[in-house]
Amino acid sequence: MNISDRINRIDSKEKINGQGKYIEDIQFENLHFARTLRSTIPKGKIVGVKYPEGYEGICIVDARDVYRNQVHMIDNEMPVFADEKVSYIGEPIALIVGKDKNNIIRFMNQIEVYYEEEHGIFSIDECRGKTEQIISSHRFDKGNIDSLDYDDVFEREYTTGYQEQLYMEKQGLVGDFCEGIVTIYGSMQCPYYIKNALLHCMDLPSDQIRVVQALTGGAFGGKEEYPSLMACQVAAAAQKIGAPVRLVFDRREDMTYTTKRHPSRSIIKSYLKKGRIVGMEYFIELDGGPYAGLTDVVLQRALLTMTGCYSIENFRAEGISYRTNNIFTGAFRGFGGPQSMFALEQHINQLAKHLKIDPMAFRREYFVKQGDYSATSGQFHEEIFLDQMADQLQLLSGYQDKINRKLPNHGIGISFIPHGGGFTGDGEANHIKGVVKLVKDKEGYVSILVSSVEMGQGAKTVLSKIVASVLAIDIHRIIYHNPDTFIVPDSGPTVASRTTMVVGNLLYRAAQKLKKQMDCLDEVVVEEHYIHPDYMVWDQDKLKGNAYLSYSWSAVAAEVIIDPLTYEITCTDIYGVYDVGTPIDKSALLGQIHGGIAQGLGYGMMEVMTSNQGLIQHNSFSSYTVPTMSDMPIIHSECLMNPYQDGPFGAKAAGELTLVGVAPAIAAAVEDALGFEMNHLPITPELIAEVVLK
Amino acid sequence: MMIEFELNGEKVKIESTLSMRLLDVIRNDFNLTGTKEGCSEGECGACIVFLDDQIVNSCMVPMSNVIGRRIETIEGFSKTERYQIIERAFIEEGAVQCGFCTPGMIMATESILRKGGPITDELIKEGLSGNICRCTGYQTIYNAVQAVLKEVQAHV
Ligand code: FES
Ligand code: FES
Repeated sequence: MNISDRINRIDSKEKINGQGKYIEDIQFENLHFARTLRSTIPKGKIVGVKYPEGYEGICIVDARDVYRNQVHMIDNEMPVFADEKVSYIGEPIALIVGKDKNNIIRFMNQIEVYYEEEHGIFSIDECRGKTEQIISSHRFDKGNIDSLDYDDVFEREYTTGYQEQLYMEKQGLVGDFCEGIVTIYGSMQCPYYIKNALLHCMDLPSDQIRVVQALTGGAFGGKEEYPSLMACQVAAAAQKIGAPVRLVFDRREDMTYTTKRHPSRSIIKSYLKKGRIVGMEYFIELDGGPYAGLTDVVLQRALLTMTGCYSIENFRAEGISYRTNNIFTGAFRGFGGPQSMFALEQHINQLAKHLKIDPMAFRREYFVKQGDYSATSGQFHEEIFLDQMADQLQLLSGYQDKINRKLPNHGIGISFIPHGGGFTGDGEANHIKGVVKLVKDKEGYVSILVSSVEMGQGAKTVLSKIVASVLAIDIHRIIYHNPDTFIVPDSGPTVASRTTMVVGNLLYRAAQKLKKQMDCLDEVVVEEHYIHPDYMVWDQDKLKGNAYLSYSWSAVAAEVIIDPLTYEITCTDIYGVYDVGTPIDKSALLGQIHGGIAQGLGYGMMEVMTSNQGLIQHNSFSSYTVPTMSDMPIIHSECLMNPYQDGPFGAKAAGELTLVGVAPAIAAAVEDALGFEMNHLPITPELIAEVVLK
Repeated sequence: MMIEFELNGEKVKIESTLSMRLLDVIRNDFNLTGTKEGCSEGECGACIVFLDDQIVNSCMVPMSNVIGRRIETIEGFSKTERYQIIERAFIEEGAVQCGFCTPGMIMATESILRKGGPITDELIKEGLSGNICRCTGYQTIYNAVQAVLKEVQAHV
């Protein structure tokens, strides 16, 4: 059997029959419930909090109950509980804990918080030029952008809005404190991020802090850094009352107050000489909300692949992330890519039109090849097959006929996207340092011990399949429990499309070692540590060199029909060709492709989320519309096999890539149909009307 | 007050108010946690159960509407033969990712089958468009329902 041949997922049954336990389904003895007292203003000082009297069985947990009032993420600037000041609407001030939910709500309704309100900042525009609003900034050059010989300049501005992860299972954790040990159970992507956050905020040694992932109902980045904040809070609460405390958000609460995709504004300026691009300048700004969180990493990822699939000789990238009093933004599948690649791909389309060249043919002139240099001047060391992907996409989608036939109100658009796998630069080597373990027991069962979580993406199936395939044993002889930091080593967070490629490769190597000892009658333990490939050269200060271990690529075409009266958009078909190395499992990959396309479609044309004076306006399923079954186009997808030497069986990253190219292709299709430029996401009938009527 | 109804084929009694939500009763009082809460506003379908022969979003149903009626949850339905067919199709089509929407999808699928009559593409899409899934992009779920139809029709 070929490694890519599909197998059934190993974790479906318990999810289908409802026996699987998500955090809200697990029973705890003496369970207490918590609700969050939140700031109702975007910025100001807390002058006082008046709690109602005469309530039994209510415990208030706030900043005074936290040993060190800081949530450790990359830096420590976010408090566990707002103390003297608040910086956004919804910032947690306290947890109200008790056994009776109704009692908690009655109590909360009578709390009065007194503020001295200050002037907040709510847009990128207001931040521009104010250094005190800057969270981070970067600039790097390739070639020589300052002394170009050009005869034409083409410049456009692009903006994108918020996007909500909208995992179907809301954020939820339980904190317990028992015999001196604090334990966090719940829905999460990164057990060790949480552990490290607890280590920082609590006065407890490492061996008294334990994090256990529960079945997780979707995450998409939304459960990367956010659960660390909640964990610090419920840990403090559990320690204070000596009983388990559960914090599960309501849907509206989750949508209003947890992290979202960063709104962005980009300006791209191309310098042309005789119709060829000789240089490009790219400038992006992100709204990071009040705390840095992961914002700077998102900004970096937006910048690092800014030249996309194209070889641009002279280039300047500049990016700034701003501090505002909007909701704090964070990780979301694609991580900077959806913003920057929308801008770049629309720019390339518009530039092609400006030069009167077919957008596919125009792209082909600039496709990067092995040996070329990336935006960060790192050499592409792998083979790149963008031309073949373009051929494949043209065949699959019937592109040429459709672009030529020009049916009224019909459009077809394309995008070509790279996505870097794993942490940027030397992150895997210097920051993550992943470790995995395999344990063979006396009966010949093999346990996978990693901190990577199953959150729906298929990690359990894919990683088990890698190990079983190397060992040539049945997959049902592999045991892979949800990670418990008392048992598993730190193989890094479940983010950055790194699980299959990086953690999978560590397991691949571990399994190869174990294979030689499978006949041994005793228990055998094999441990593997991350080794950085020697072709990776990186300077983090200058953002120069090989920004990624490897790149995955997508070529996407979207077809749309637009109602000429209402401007309602129907996306009828999406075609995708993907190079993700060797897929470990075609069915799992298809799951990523379809799911990524659905979220990309939402980002492109449905999911409107705005903020007014710091308050999210679309906070329910009825006001924030995500694709349902009736909204989905027909999906046609193919793979191009291009094994990566340092991926397990040749696998590369797949999870995020599939989302990124969809919105740009849809935008291009709408432009093709209407002949108007679409420079904002999402593209709604209202937006089209605005553009057309202007 | 004491409320009596039938739950997964058994007569049950529960001390509850009339305005209590059915979803809370089945999850908290009967510990049947296969029925999920995704939104609590009748918008996502994660909490679907059968009330007599109709599917309902149990987050929107007060106990006053349950008195003397039949409730069937995923736990009850999963004991049937038809469930086995649906389960197999969902597994084989790869229609499950995070699984949080899945029990609701299964109940909605069964509801399409129970309606009887010819089942068109439109009917499937309509029947499942009240169920939000953020993971799968729906195509594998759609394929699974098609596979179920084929098998069920082969049996009649
Ligand atoms: S929880 Fe009932 S419809 Fe969403
Ligand atoms: S499988 Fe995750 S929401 Fe449907």
